[in-house]
Amino acid sequence: MTPVSHRVVGRRVETADVVTLQLEATDGSRLRYAAGQFNMLYAYAVGEVAISISANPLGGGPIAHTVRNVGSVSRALCGLQIGDTLGLRGPFGSDWGLDSAAGGDLVIVAGGIGLAPLRSVITQVIAERDRFGTVEIVIGTRTPEELAFKAEVESWRARSDLSVHVTVDRATPGWRGTVGVVTTVLPRVHCDPAAIALVCGPEVMMRFTALALMERGMPASRIRVSMERNMQCAIAQCGHCQLGSVFVCADGPVFTWERLEPLLAVRQL
Amino acid sequence: MNTIADELTSHRFFAGLDAAHLEVLTGCARNVVIAKGASIIREGAHADAFWAVRSGRIALGVTAPGRGMLTIDTLHADDVLGWAWLFPPYRWHFDADALDEVHAVTFDAVCLRGKCAADPALGFDLAQRVAAILGDRLNAARMRLLDLYGSPQPG
Repeated sequence: MTPVSHRVVGRRVETADVVTLQLEATDGSRLRYAAGQFNMLYAYAVGEVAISISANPLGGGPIAHTVRNVGSVSRALCGLQIGDTLGLRGPFGSDWGLDSAAGGDLVIVAGGIGLAPLRSVITQVIAERDRFGTVEIVIGTRTPEELAFKAEVESWRARSDLSVHVTVDRATPGWRGTVGVVTTVLPRVHCDPAAIALVCGPEVMMRFTALALMERGMPASRIRVSMERNMQCAIAQCGHCQLGSVFVCADGPVFTWERLEPLLAVRQL
Repeated sequence: MNTIADELTSHRFFAGLDAAHLEVLTGCARNVVIAKGASIIREGAHADAFWAVRSGRIALGVTAPGRGMLTIDTLHADDVLGWAWLFPPYRWHFDADALDEVHAVTFDAVCLRGKCAADPALGFDLAQRVAAILGDRLNAARMRLLDLYGSPQPG
């Protein structure tokens, strides 16, 4: 699958090391995707990396990717400016399955940059708010300064039809919000066992979150998590992202906790 | 109007407590309203009470010269503030300030320790409940040590 040239048409610095890029294909084509899917972004002459889509699939605007600068490729992507081009392959992988959650409650838990793929689903839920019951959003971040999408999060908090909880691991002077890991917030969240939970963040955070949700009575089959692995081909051929018999790029990145837990419990695969 | 016993029965910390023990505890308890911004406890001061929070938020932290209070944890409805009252030398380890107007049931620690000494079954039950909270807070602190949201795999 050949990368399609895309141009940066928007760029927003989210935090000291996180940038959101808005992209449009240079040939005018439009990408159709679902919340939770990812693209392979190719920084020319540097390399390719898998990045979740952070835009609303129903939005109709440019596609958006939120990139954290953690290596040579992501650094090059974060350095792109409006008018620059990059290659894009995709979309790949499974999605959050929002249609199957319609009619019920949602519990959305994001940790750190894990908010990016969930922003896609949150914006879609807001656009289709009548399709869902109560919506609880729990966002954990290291410090207040490292919270991405600050203005949007504030607009979500202002809505009466969403319940948004932001918690930080380390408060800085002036922070008046909650301090503590996301799992300590979950006992205070409306959490019906019939709800669907969507969780994204570091693996350890997702594990503890899934356990905390199950303590609230939620079955593992109703908890969906999005995995990040070393995706390279994105078409289940190279095996770099393989987890046991599962290819995270093609079978995932969104899995039910019921399916993923046994794989993550294996110490050596 | 709810009695203190009613308030305690619906509080998570006291869930499942024996009715006779609950009645003993109410003898050491009273309802309080703490104004937003008020200091509730100060590090190093005598730990002479504890609070079952009914509503409002409390910031738990350390005050550093020139930096104000550095919040290390936030307590909400259904949490309890204070465990140092149960263990010598009965001194608070942190500061606590009310972030909102806080409604709570507060207990006189000397009264409570006396009841626990007189009734070991009550003392054991309360110690178990406090230990469970300490365990939860220790686990949460350990998770924060992992720096969960730190740098993911390079790419």
